[in-house]
Amino acid sequence: MTQETVEKVVIFFAGDSGDGIQLTGSQFTNTAALYGNDLSTFPDFPAEIRAPQGTLAGVSGFQISFGSTEIFTPGDECDVLVVMNVAALKANLKRLKKGGAIILNTDGFDKRNLRLAGFADDENPLTDNSLADYRLSEMNVTKLTRECLVDVTLGVKEKDRCKNMFVLGFVYWMYNRSLEHTIDFLKQKFKSKPDVLEANTRVLKAGYNFANTCEISSSRFEVKPAKMASGTYRNIMGNQATAMGLIAASQQSGLDLFYGSYPITPASDILHELAKHKNFGVRSFQAEDEIAAISACIGASFGGALGVTATSGPGVALKGEAIGLAFMLELPLVIVNVQRGGPSTGLPTKTEQADLLQAMYGRNGEAPVPVISASTPSDCFEATLEACRIAIEHMTPVFFLSDGYIANGAEPWLFPQSKDLQSIKVPMTKKENIDYLPYKRDDKLVREWAIPGMSGLEHRVGGLEKEDLTGNVSYDSSNHEFMVKTRAEKVERIADFIPNQELDAGSEKAKVLVLAWGSTYGAIKTAVKELLAEGYSVAHAHLRYINPFPKNLESLIRAYDKVLMPEINNGQLIKLIRDKYVIDAIPMNKIQGIPFEAREIKNRIIELHDGE
Amino acid sequence: MKQEKLKTELLNCTMENKVYAAKDFSSDQEVRWCPGCGDYSILKQVQSVMPEINVPKEDIVFISGIGCSSRFPYYMETFGMHSIHGRATAIASGLKAARPDLSVWIITGDGDSLSIGGNHLIHLLRRNFDTNVLLFNNQIYGLTKGQYSPTSEKGKKTKSTPMGSIDHPFNPLALCMGADATFIARTMDRDPKHMREMLMRTNNHKGTSLLEIYQNCNVFNDGAFFGMTDKVTKMNQTLFLEHGQPLVFGKNKDKGIRLVGFKPIIVSLEDYSIDDLWIHDEKDRVKAGLLTRFFDADFPRPFGVFYSEDRPIYEDALAQQIDDAIQQKGQGNLDNLLKGSNTWTID
Repeated sequence: MTQETVEKVVIFFAGDSGDGIQLTGSQFTNTAALYGNDLSTFPDFPAEIRAPQGTLAGVSGFQISFGSTEIFTPGDECDVLVVMNVAALKANLKRLKKGGAIILNTDGFDKRNLRLAGFADDENPLTDNSLADYRLSEMNVTKLTRECLVDVTLGVKEKDRCKNMFVLGFVYWMYNRSLEHTIDFLKQKFKSKPDVLEANTRVLKAGYNFANTCEISSSRFEVKPAKMASGTYRNIMGNQATAMGLIAASQQSGLDLFYGSYPITPASDILHELAKHKNFGVRSFQAEDEIAAISACIGASFGGALGVTATSGPGVALKGEAIGLAFMLELPLVIVNVQRGGPSTGLPTKTEQADLLQAMYGRNGEAPVPVISASTPSDCFEATLEACRIAIEHMTPVFFLSDGYIANGAEPWLFPQSKDLQSIKVPMTKKENIDYLPYKRDDKLVREWAIPGMSGLEHRVGGLEKEDLTGNVSYDSSNHEFMVKTRAEKVERIADFIPNQELDAGSEKAKVLVLAWGSTYGAIKTAVKELLAEGYSVAHAHLRYINPFPKNLESLIRAYDKVLMPEINNGQLIKLIRDKYVIDAIPMNKIQGIPFEAREIKNRIIELHDGE
Repeated sequence: MKQEKLKTELLNCTMENKVYAAKDFSSDQEVRWCPGCGDYSILKQVQSVMPEINVPKEDIVFISGIGCSSRFPYYMETFGMHSIHGRATAIASGLKAARPDLSVWIITGDGDSLSIGGNHLIHLLRRNFDTNVLLFNNQIYGLTKGQYSPTSEKGKKTKSTPMGSIDHPFNPLALCMGADATFIARTMDRDPKHMREMLMRTNNHKGTSLLEIYQNCNVFNDGAFFGMTDKVTKMNQTLFLEHGQPLVFGKNKDKGIRLVGFKPIIVSLEDYSIDDLWIHDEKDRVKAGLLTRFFDADFPRPFGVFYSEDRPIYEDALAQQIDDAIQQKGQGNLDNLLKGSNTWTID
């Protein structure tokens, strides 16, 4: 047996959607995080909760990249593929690099599983030499798990449910990890079921010891802690960070948080998270439909709360009319869109960035709404907080765009202290303001807010066009034009209250600029970092503010000969950039429900850099 | 929380025991319904009831959707929102969840609440937010100039149904009973005294109170309720419900309703005594359900409170959960939340 030190490892866990793969992956993630590795994860699960066992459609996966170096993506190719059955192998072998390791459960390669995975009668990848390029560790996990629990009084089904712990223990040994964190986790999870706790713990240890003693795996690896900025870290997923950003915004503004939402993948976890935090005064409300969810938020905001609704693209489509109302009323409201593959129902569990134009333009009439996006799981916190700040301080609905990739992905987070968060100033009028006019504006063009309960400030608002200052219904044609332009200018002026765009990497004199937004950040950062180290002349700017754009954006991008714009859609930000600045940016699009790989971006940059 | 403080300040600045007159609830906006519209009567009665409900003007909110009736909030000198089609009920739900202290009135029509907003109406009723719904039923789409509505009778000829409507109409109060409403009542634009009484009852019920108001659209559906409002016919075609009183109607109060098993039958008081009649009980869900089915020409149309039930309201339960969560976990601490349960430190 050898022990070698490696800088970075990518593992892909795969099995039936009932095999506990997501739990296995998240346990490995937390253990790696606590050890001090930098990491990035990406779960990949089927839309069906329990798709037919053993089939390709039922395969659930979890990818983690961890290392002693900086990690920005879950990785392109995998070093290790852990598979619980042959379907999981068949579906994911393409992810494994040549010479990579496969850890497999032989029990999942029996006749039945082979047939379910679509192999012909005499076909079996274990015997036909098709895996000769890889390093195999074969074990009958089911049999070993059952044997380990022979004297435990649990049913066979319950025993088999511990299989994932055997594999986890095995992988822990391979990477020299302590079992402590997972044992603590099991103690919490099975507090009231001591026999299940005992079984899981025993199987976890058995997997670890099996790897240690039977020398089935020839190597053991050391991945040292990463050299990250000093401070205290935690592990965070995107949707979790979004929920925390909302609570922080409530605290920083002093407004109660009202969260109205209708369940939809991949946004529902925000609702689950917020529902746990009622002790922050969070009023979470599961509405009867998407329209009711946002309508309730508008009602809450009218009453002086911070109304927030989250959904995905199909839900935004339903909310369109209500967003227009909030825009017309000029009330604070945040609409979170955790984007998924579209159109229509599309690919609910896959990721895409194809709702940007919907956020920009998906309403009747002239109704521009600020759009903020997040680039990584932890960035969801600050970006959400910023979306809320703009909504409140500028009295407008704001879109916050996340996507399935960062919503479910995880990374270490050097979390902030509450004292370092900026406060949010609520433009509430003074209760003694007897000259109050609901649509009188300050120099930001923001109106003052008066809420029910303020004596003498009673007024009516509505979706009909309103007269300047008074807010009374007005059909006057010049007033309408004036109001349309004023509302648009109000959103434009937000550019005075957001930071200038900065380069994430590279210099202003570089030959190629990579300009992007949202969850493509990690892959681009990895690609650009490597290219800079290799001597290429490349820079990277990543937008958080999409509407309005930062004031310096035009001058920043005009400095480059070539502007490459990778997006997980058919070209949306590029339309906005071309329209606004008439710059001939170069598109790069991937519409496969999966993120870019860093190498794809790297190759394209090299082509542009060296070509033409 | 800061907002609690703000609310307390607001309450303190409210003058104690303000005395209002009906005109205090009239806004400076010109009322623009068609001359002769039943909505005028409703506006007048609502404005005259407001001083009596004992709520400071600034704590009253009128929310409407879209339709002729939905212009209503503009004419009330209270807080108000003229929202979008069908959503007033959902908007009011969020407002009540955030601000249980307010008196919230929802103004809606038969198209707004039963067609485009049907879903929100039934969910408002089952959740039982403490709000008052005034459902102006004129059995027609007025604002869009005369198409049939979900309460229009079968066979109705309108611009969109030149050969007659083939839709079976909704029975609004039966629908509300089906959604487990805790308070349903009916009144009409032509009977101001009864309307005032019903508005007070609507206000006084804790929970979602739904008051259906038969309202004449004299432009597109004139005379829809003629038989129930005309002096000559109304005694035979209407039945006024009073809790604890027998169901009596007719020109000379000479007819009554008996209940034989679950079957209501009309009897003459020449053949039966008052003691033989069905005694109205607002607390009886089954009987209320039967009354909502007095919906065709065979029976007089009931007016009054059909059903009234005490059931916990949504906003109280929500506030209770927040209190319980604070009891159990303590007031939320942002730094603890940000930190989570597993951290590691890099020097």
